[in-house]
Amino acid sequence: MELIRTPLVTSRRQLLLAGASFAAWAYLPRFARAAEQRDPRLVVVILRGALDGLATVAPTGDPDYAGLHGAIALSADGPHPAVMLDSFFALHPSMPEFARMYQSKHATVVHAVATPYRDRSHFDGQDVLESGFAGPGRVQSGWLNRAVEALPRGERVASALAVGPTTPLVLRGAAPTVGWAPVTLPQADDDTAMRLVDLYTHRDPALASALSQGLQLEKVARGDDMKVKPGGNAATAMRQVARGAAKLMAADDGPRISALAFDGWDTHANEGGAVGRLAGLLSGLDGALAEFESGLGAHWRDTVVVVATEFGRTAKINGTEGTDHGTGTIALLAGGAVNGGRVIADWPSLKPTSLYQARDLAPTTDLRAVLKGVLADHLGIGERALATSVFPDSAVVKPMKGLVA
Amino acid sequence: MARDPQAALVALNRFGLGARGGASGDFTSAASDPRGFVKSELGRASGALLEAPGLQSTQALAEAVFAYQDEVKRAREMAKSAAPAADAVGPQSSPTAASPQQRGLSLNKVANNIGNVAPETKPAEGNMSMAPEAAQSNAVMQPNAAKPVSQPQQPLNVIQKTYRAEALARLQRAVLADCGFTERLVAFWSNHFCISANKGELARIWAGAFEREAIRPHVFGRFADMVKAVEQHPAMLFFLDNQQSLGPDSRAGQNRKRGLNENLAREIMELHTLGVGGGYTQEDVTTLARIITGWTFAGRQGKLGAPGEFVFNANAHQPGPQTLLGKVYQDDGLAQGEAALADIARHPSTAKFIATKFVRHFIADDPPPALVARLETVFKRTDGDLKALTLALIDSDEAWSAPLTKMRNPYEFVVASGRLLARVPEDPGPYLGALNALGQPLWTPAGPNGFPDTNAAWAAPEGLKLRLDIAAQLGSKVGNTIDARELLELVAADAASGETRRTIERAESRQQALALLLMSPEFQRR
Repeated sequence: MELIRTPLVTSRRQLLLAGASFAAWAYLPRFARAAEQRDPRLVVVILRGALDGLATVAPTGDPDYAGLHGAIALSADGPHPAVMLDSFFALHPSMPEFARMYQSKHATVVHAVATPYRDRSHFDGQDVLESGFAGPGRVQSGWLNRAVEALPRGERVASALAVGPTTPLVLRGAAPTVGWAPVTLPQADDDTAMRLVDLYTHRDPALASALSQGLQLEKVARGDDMKVKPGGNAATAMRQVARGAAKLMAADDGPRISALAFDGWDTHANEGGAVGRLAGLLSGLDGALAEFESGLGAHWRDTVVVVATEFGRTAKINGTEGTDHGTGTIALLAGGAVNGGRVIADWPSLKPTSLYQARDLAPTTDLRAVLKGVLADHLGIGERALATSVFPDSAVVKPMKGLVA
Repeated sequence: MARDPQAALVALNRFGLGARGGASGDFTSAASDPRGFVKSELGRASGALLEAPGLQSTQALAEAVFAYQDEVKRAREMAKSAAPAADAVGPQSSPTAASPQQRGLSLNKVANNIGNVAPETKPAEGNMSMAPEAAQSNAVMQPNAAKPVSQPQQPLNVIQKTYRAEALARLQRAVLADCGFTERLVAFWSNHFCISANKGELARIWAGAFEREAIRPHVFGRFADMVKAVEQHPAMLFFLDNQQSLGPDSRAGQNRKRGLNENLAREIMELHTLGVGGGYTQEDVTTLARIITGWTFAGRQGKLGAPGEFVFNANAHQPGPQTLLGKVYQDDGLAQGEAALADIARHPSTAKFIATKFVRHFIADDPPPALVARLETVFKRTDGDLKALTLALIDSDEAWSAPLTKMRNPYEFVVASGRLLARVPEDPGPYLGALNALGQPLWTPAGPNGFPDTNAAWAAPEGLKLRLDIAAQLGSKVGNTIDARELLELVAADAASGETRRTIERAESRQQALALLLMSPEFQRR
């Protein structure tokens, strides 16, 4: 009500960023195995926009990879060498923390993975990824919420959170949730702003000019607070949300099961290779994982972080040095409880005849198998619940064994 | 009638407050009969009136303020006698005394409330400018689906409560209205005859009542009646200091050795009626000031009437005839000023000024001269019949053929967003926060000239970026349950550009898609 223009301006210099959110189950699970001193924590990270799996964990051993990914292909040499995970797959150089976890066998990659969704709409793809149903349009509840419903409910979590953001679909449903987001004046992310500038450029040049100037002002204003680089905005948000979430989850009475959503992975143009836009985002994701590791402290050894995205991107880069919507991609697991140090893949190869619809990495692993494997071995959720309530009608998709140490 | 999607956009956005979400069918109705859609709200003369449980009259509110002030005074005196050194103890006497940090702008809240997703706790006080670590440590975790739990904070006083209740009633009306044209007219006239809630406690508590009592009853009535109601309303008299203005030769002026305050007289001519260059001189300003001396409201003692009631104080009135704009007005007390105002209200300069401003608001920053001239004629011919003026605008060809080049002002933007998301506001705070952030705090313009009405003001770089931030927050708060592609059909249907359609379809998430829809030219331009 009162005039607050002045503080508004100051707070904008301390900006915080949109595009990242955190929510958690409001109860502690009461585990039968509590007597064994095991207190598992699970974090599900949803990357919205479709992560380019081939650019994150590159099949450098596949003879077709370099040609398809062209100018943005990773390579094990050069100024920004990718990190060889084995003799075939190389990790993006922006993810040194994940590489370290992998070396110490606390991280793993599942490649050529996909949900059952085969079309290429983000909205529908995210519905399927998060709802756990085989098709889109079922947005009432998410698989993680139905999973915690299958757990014995213990004490209610008590912790210090400021503002609950809306719950990502994956954790939405009957089971109560709590949430948190960094509180200040949130900013629209760079990608949304770019898209809007592009629309205005075509439809409303006056607004294009005004918005461009506004964005420029913004960058100047925050220049002394943080270095602006491609993806830097989103990277900072990811790290910050993860840091806060880890702190909360580390508390004895803090949440054990949570979901985060990070936006901004829709890299249609100027995706960048070892450096550039995607590199900035991956650096943010890598930073977020490191925040969880350090923030959870002793609990990290009982933690699994699952990173998943709605689908992959085209194997061949497009005309704007980016990639369009595809199919097969990766899922990442990290945490002290992960049986890691390996890339799990039934590799379909990138030969033209092997590509899905002659354009995408063909999926050979159902993402639900990975998720079920984690829920079964880490949280002890039974296979019947997994096949009926958590991932309805998925009995044919068996939980992947051995993901959790 | 043939379906006309482009005219539907004009009806919904140029004249209305945007299509409502849900099953309103607003776009379809507007497309099949655009003029009829706009005019349908004009049928009921009382359609602009606003009554809601708990909204009180100016007089009742004055009593509440006086009682509150007495209470504050007593508390202060008690504190003083208890601790003579500390005179800062006691309730804050100013409604604006709460620090900006305490008020806490939160766009999260803005987005949450406009979208009306699960209400959440207020952010911890002061956390707007805090680092997340700090914010986190002093706040309380809340279930996402829980009702708001009030944080320990100073309770709102009667002034703040009233302001919020008035704001809520106005917002609810605007979000629920069929077309929103009537509310657009109310907002236009209210801004034309603006007061500022920042003037003081009386102005803040009266801001809503002023609009309900002086503006709304006359939106489809006569301009002269609105002028009279406005200039005699205690809120305006207080805002422009006329209660302090004394005729130099009046008994009160002689006794108290004080005299004229020209503030109200000047703004009546410059801003409310004739306009700058409307043919009046400084001498006319002074003369009008003399004429309206004695126009005041009864104070807390109630000597002149019920506290908060408009009264003519003959003791403060400058005696004698006055010559204004070449015409002599005999001193017959209150009637002298009423006669002067009636003449000013139908002055040719007023007709031109009002017609120009009206067309500028609804049609274009550079109003088409032919249309202005036509409305000017209507105003003169009908002796300032505002319904006739309004109909002349809707019936004009220009209104429907001129491109939608104006930018929605912040109020229109936040209300249109609330309408599209089909939720009735329950807490005005987030809307008020958004309006503050975007530079249009409700009933609180920087000066008596009101908020600007041009693209230069509302399509400026910083404001547009802020608008995007708010749209992005709305998107992230409610976007996951909303398909922006479907909303685009409600907003613009086949009048949407291919570029906008594709931009929304290609958005990387529902959240982003909704933000882009809210920022699209189809949603921002009117």
